[in-house]
Amino acid sequence: MSTLPRPDGSATAPLTPLSATARRIVTLFVVHAILITGAVFILLPFVWMLVTSIKSPAEIFAVDFSLWPKHFSAVQNYGFALGKFPLLRFALNGAVVCAGILVVQVLVAVPCAYALAKLRFPGRGTLLALVLLGLCIPIQVPALPLYMGLARLGLLNTYFAIMMPFFLSVFAIFLFRQFFKSYPDEIIQAARLDGMSEFEIVWRIVVPSAWPAIAAFSVFSLVAHWNDLYWPLIVISDTKLATPPLGMMFFADAETGSNYGALTAAATVLTAPLVIAFLIARRRFIEGITMTGIK
Amino acid sequence: MTSAVASPIDVPLAPVRRNRQRMIERLAGCGFAFPAFLLLLLTNLVPLAVLLYLSFTDYELGALKTNFLGLANFQKAFVDPVFRRSLYNTFVYVAIVLPGAVGLGLLIAVLLHRRKRTRSFYEIVYFLPVTSTLIAMATVWQYILHPRLGPVNGVLRALGFDAIPFLSEPAYVLPTLAAIGIWQLVGFNMVLFLAGLSAIPRELYEAAEIDGCRSGIDRFLTITWPLLGPTTMFVIVTTSITAFKVFDTVAVMTRGGPMGSSEVLLYDIYLEGYQYFHMGYAAALTLVFLAFVLLFSILQTFVLERRVHY
Repeated sequence: MSTLPRPDGSATAPLTPLSATARRIVTLFVVHAILITGAVFILLPFVWMLVTSIKSPAEIFAVDFSLWPKHFSAVQNYGFALGKFPLLRFALNGAVVCAGILVVQVLVAVPCAYALAKLRFPGRGTLLALVLLGLCIPIQVPALPLYMGLARLGLLNTYFAIMMPFFLSVFAIFLFRQFFKSYPDEIIQAARLDGMSEFEIVWRIVVPSAWPAIAAFSVFSLVAHWNDLYWPLIVISDTKLATPPLGMMFFADAETGSNYGALTAAATVLTAPLVIAFLIARRRFIEGITMTGIK
Repeated sequence: MTSAVASPIDVPLAPVRRNRQRMIERLAGCGFAFPAFLLLLLTNLVPLAVLLYLSFTDYELGALKTNFLGLANFQKAFVDPVFRRSLYNTFVYVAIVLPGAVGLGLLIAVLLHRRKRTRSFYEIVYFLPVTSTLIAMATVWQYILHPRLGPVNGVLRALGFDAIPFLSEPAYVLPTLAAIGIWQLVGFNMVLFLAGLSAIPRELYEAAEIDGCRSGIDRFLTITWPLLGPTTMFVIVTTSITAFKVFDTVAVMTRGGPMGSSEVLLYDIYLEGYQYFHMGYAAALTLVFLAFVLLFSILQTFVLERRVHY
């Protein structure tokens, strides 16, 4: 780590640190050159989206392009996007759907995970095996029969249809079970001797200690369902019920090639909530989303 | 587990209490697991059974009569040019995204690992695409790659090159979509690699330096790469599964075109099932899709097992 002072080499000493410094500067330069090149590639669509959303149509269609707009048309672009399409409604739909899914997921998964981790009951092994199997099945597989069932019940184009397939998160059960398993048995036993019911033990003793796991799962679930396109595309055709990605798709279909200012304004509005949340709670986001790694 | 703390007064009571406790556990366990089990049945098990049944029939939404076909749907799939092309395209897509997203994720993580002041800035930048809505960003990409209006071709023209029709030339479509796939996944993989890197003890690097591993590449090859093995395997499998499920960018940017050159597996299933309403055939294709995902997942369990032992 640290370079030891050399007692003897007064002749070589000034040379070695110098070349070492030179090497370090070159290395640093190369490293940052690579990192910045990558960062430019990553940021390109974000920057272009923001810039275009405030440009005037004349500049967007001009042949000689420039990064910074000469005339600002932010009001027209955002106004057009918000006026022509119910963007705030899409965002609201996204919030309702995400919240509904998350609440049911946690309410269902927590007791089940506790039972699998701490209680002996008939069928436990089978249930655990089914949960592990469920981890491997993506939504696109049960989608077809679920769609047919919802169509038969006349439930297409409802919030319920968007949320229903995700009420059970086998991933949440799996994750919470891992967390609950390490909870000390002695405390649970003591609570039982104090006359607490199992229901109280779960919600008043075990759950508060599992807060980090629940928070991380919440981030994962919110990001996944805010951004999901496949399932809403299947069950929703009514524009009023569109989630943000689906709304964006309707918007793009209606506006192809004609109004990029409004299109990028719409993209900005629908991307903003999650990106802002990410910038505020960076650690939680990275933790929560990469937790799917365990999946 | 249960009776370690019993005091002498409790002894005559203990068996009764233990039986009672066991009863409570059984009841509570069943009660707690029941809602989850019911939902598992409704959203996974029953649909899977129905899917299996459908795949043996020619059921179509709104059809008057349904015939049992046996394995005909599967036979049809393997000679269906559209399905074969979409399967082929999906694998080409995976073959580009996998080395790109894993290699770049690793490169960025290794370069970023030692940075102190700039690390959080780069972390935010590279992770941004993971949190942003892909559909919205795909629309922006479509505009960026526009042959006339997009900045990429604007720069190419300014440098004296011909404009590249990224999304309208069959040969370029899959690589373009794959580049966007890489754009979205690099940050995710970078974070997984960073976690793996921080688990490698620093002393190993110091020891290696003393043993003559002076250049960064030497250190990477002798220490980082072997010790990162389990993480790398894991990232490879998750990236493969994610890339295999490509749908959003295709649905928004190309719709399988031009001339079917960007048709992928999930998009084909989507068209057959929800646009043409060939439910029986779509069910068979879904089962083929599931078979591939399970194959990746088995690989993943195997890898995870190794990671735990490691």
